[in-house]
Amino acid sequence: MSTVAAERATKKAAKPATMAQALGRALRDSLAEDPAVHVLGEDVGALGGVFRVTDGLTKEFGEDRCTDTPLAEAGILGTAVGMAMYGLRPVVEMQFDAFAYPAFEQLISHVARMRNRTRGAMPLPITVRVPYGGGIGGVEHHSDSSEAYYMATPGLHVVTPATVADAYGLLRASIASDDPVVFLEPKRLYWSKADWNPDAPQAVDPIGKAVVRRTGRSATLLTYGPSVPVCLEAAEAAVAEGWDLEVVDLRSLVPFDDETVAASVRRTGRAVVVHESGGFGGPGGEIAARVTERCFHHLEAPVLRVAGFDIPYPPPMLERHHLPGVDRILDAVARLQWEADS
Amino acid sequence: MTVMEQRGVYRPTPPPAWQLRTDPAPLLPDAEPYRVLGTEAAGKADEELLGRLYAQLVLGRRYNTQATALTKQGRLAVYPSSTGQEACEVAAALVLQERDWLFPSYRDTLAAVARGLDPVQALTLLRGDWHTGYDPREHRIAPLCTPLATQLPHAVGLAHAARLKGDDVVALAMVGDGGTSEGDFHEALNFAAVWQAPVVFLVQNNGFAISVPLDKQTAAPSLAHKAVGYGMPGRLVDGNDAAAVHEVLSDAVSRARAGGGPTLVEAVTYRMEAHTNADDATRYRGDTEVEAWRAHDPILLLERELTERGLLDEDRRRAARDDAEAMAADLRERMNQDPELNPMDLFSHVYAEQTTQLREQAAQLRAELEASDADDADDADGEENAR
Repeated sequence: MSTVAAERATKKAAKPATMAQALGRALRDSLAEDPAVHVLGEDVGALGGVFRVTDGLTKEFGEDRCTDTPLAEAGILGTAVGMAMYGLRPVVEMQFDAFAYPAFEQLISHVARMRNRTRGAMPLPITVRVPYGGGIGGVEHHSDSSEAYYMATPGLHVVTPATVADAYGLLRASIASDDPVVFLEPKRLYWSKADWNPDAPQAVDPIGKAVVRRTGRSATLLTYGPSVPVCLEAAEAAVAEGWDLEVVDLRSLVPFDDETVAASVRRTGRAVVVHESGGFGGPGGEIAARVTERCFHHLEAPVLRVAGFDIPYPPPMLERHHLPGVDRILDAVARLQWEADS
Repeated sequence: MTVMEQRGVYRPTPPPAWQLRTDPAPLLPDAEPYRVLGTEAAGKADEELLGRLYAQLVLGRRYNTQATALTKQGRLAVYPSSTGQEACEVAAALVLQERDWLFPSYRDTLAAVARGLDPVQALTLLRGDWHTGYDPREHRIAPLCTPLATQLPHAVGLAHAARLKGDDVVALAMVGDGGTSEGDFHEALNFAAVWQAPVVFLVQNNGFAISVPLDKQTAAPSLAHKAVGYGMPGRLVDGNDAAAVHEVLSDAVSRARAGGGPTLVEAVTYRMEAHTNADDATRYRGDTEVEAWRAHDPILLLERELTERGLLDEDRRRAARDDAEAMAADLRERMNQDPELNPMDLFSHVYAEQTTQLREQAAQLRAELEASDADDADDADGEENAR
């Protein structure tokens, strides 16, 4: 088939799909392709996961391949370590961000460092799926952005998709990775839709590549996961103010794509990091420092951060005041007119 | 008729979930630790096995004293001795088939050695030369685990995975009395029982978690009793009676292999030395207690049995002693050689493929090393010129 014909066929078959469906499809395709892949977690079986990401997997592949476990996150991840030691590729679900905390010891003391402590003899190909972030009206412990904890742990890859296509491609790449991956799923994008062809799902760049979602000349918004659509919206709104913003979707926090990020900031000379998690000790501090180290002579203004406040995640009725929105991003963009103000 | 009118005559039928799912009685451990040596059961014990256990106990004791001596010479960063607990260590290794897996804690180097691991490789972690000195898959011995009880869910997962693959593999996981208080102990036992995984949990109750005695660790009648709540059998055994530990563990391994599910074995023993060479045991326990356990030493118990049955003459004693001395001499000699470490290995095994960030850092270290080599060369030249 010619490229044009293939493209036409893809377009024809493309129909709206949600991120949750694409994630489910990635799990299904991985299970079908590789008998070593096993899905486990609380409620992943008959219920299909509380977000329905694992819907139908137990029915299709049986309880041994998609397993409802006892309710115990350390146990889920700890047994996954043993399964990986025996040659399987476990994909575990943590159900909600804050529910993953009981599993931190297993993650940090074993999952992240088994390859290193055995000098390469025993890598652990485990994917830890963690639905994260706010904006869905979740009560306490259902909306945390815990990416900084994972980023601070050597040995883990940390990735987060922002589009339906990336959700599929990145999850496939994570499961195929010989290293452990913390796969952060932005909860409020689970039901975001895009035209996506389930018959010809596309692979994406290997883990570790950022992507420019919108090109622009005046400044770069560096962002990921749930904040990507917000930044794209802000960029559209900024046009009226005379700003032509570039939006970089990091996709992978570890490893970090310095090249794409630095190239963008050198082009625009200005940068704002945008994320939901708190600013103090948060991912933005690391990203701003990296950008400053690499692009200092190209910068027209300090690298700014637009983050959630440094507070425990607020109750749902107040979360709209906490989450970085279009206005807060535009305020920061306005502050990038450094020369004029100083 | 209203609900109020029904009161007094309404007799609810208990739903099925009210019934116990398992009769707890068969899961309960014996009231006393099971013993073989010095009892009638000893007469039935296999002579060849007793001889093998004896040789391994003597070897194990010598290994413990040698490793402790190496800490005093600065050759080991730390050594948690298993002196007094050799019967548990040796039996744990001997009940496993080659295809089975051992999940040791940091105190269980001897079990790894008894399973056939090179003593120097077993001591790599404690020497400070990297963390695991062997390929776990090659020896089917998980890395020595320093966090408490976190290796137990690994054992469950591995055994579960093996069974899913149709392999006839059993995992034996070792933990101390203190480790039974950890959440991972609970989660591992619960998963194992629910999945009916072929796992054996061996708790070496040696009396203390560093300085905290058992009565401040648990209010359970015994640690073996904890099994009942998970729906698996608990067995209580004299941990200094090598024949008894071997028999109880063998039964548990056979049961697991046959699809009978997990077992929790509590071996009651005593840590004769301090927690590690860095600890002062006189602060938390008295001599009387230690002396009472010295009279119940695992080697002494087995020697008495073998002698009474005419199975141990001076030749056999000497042979066991000579083997142990040869092992100790070899260990001493090889541990006294400085290991050659490559600093660049720091970056080699963090990920399958180095990240850009790690490549940059590796380049930085390489430059530092080259600069330092150049300095050394300059210094050598300087000394040469000064002469």
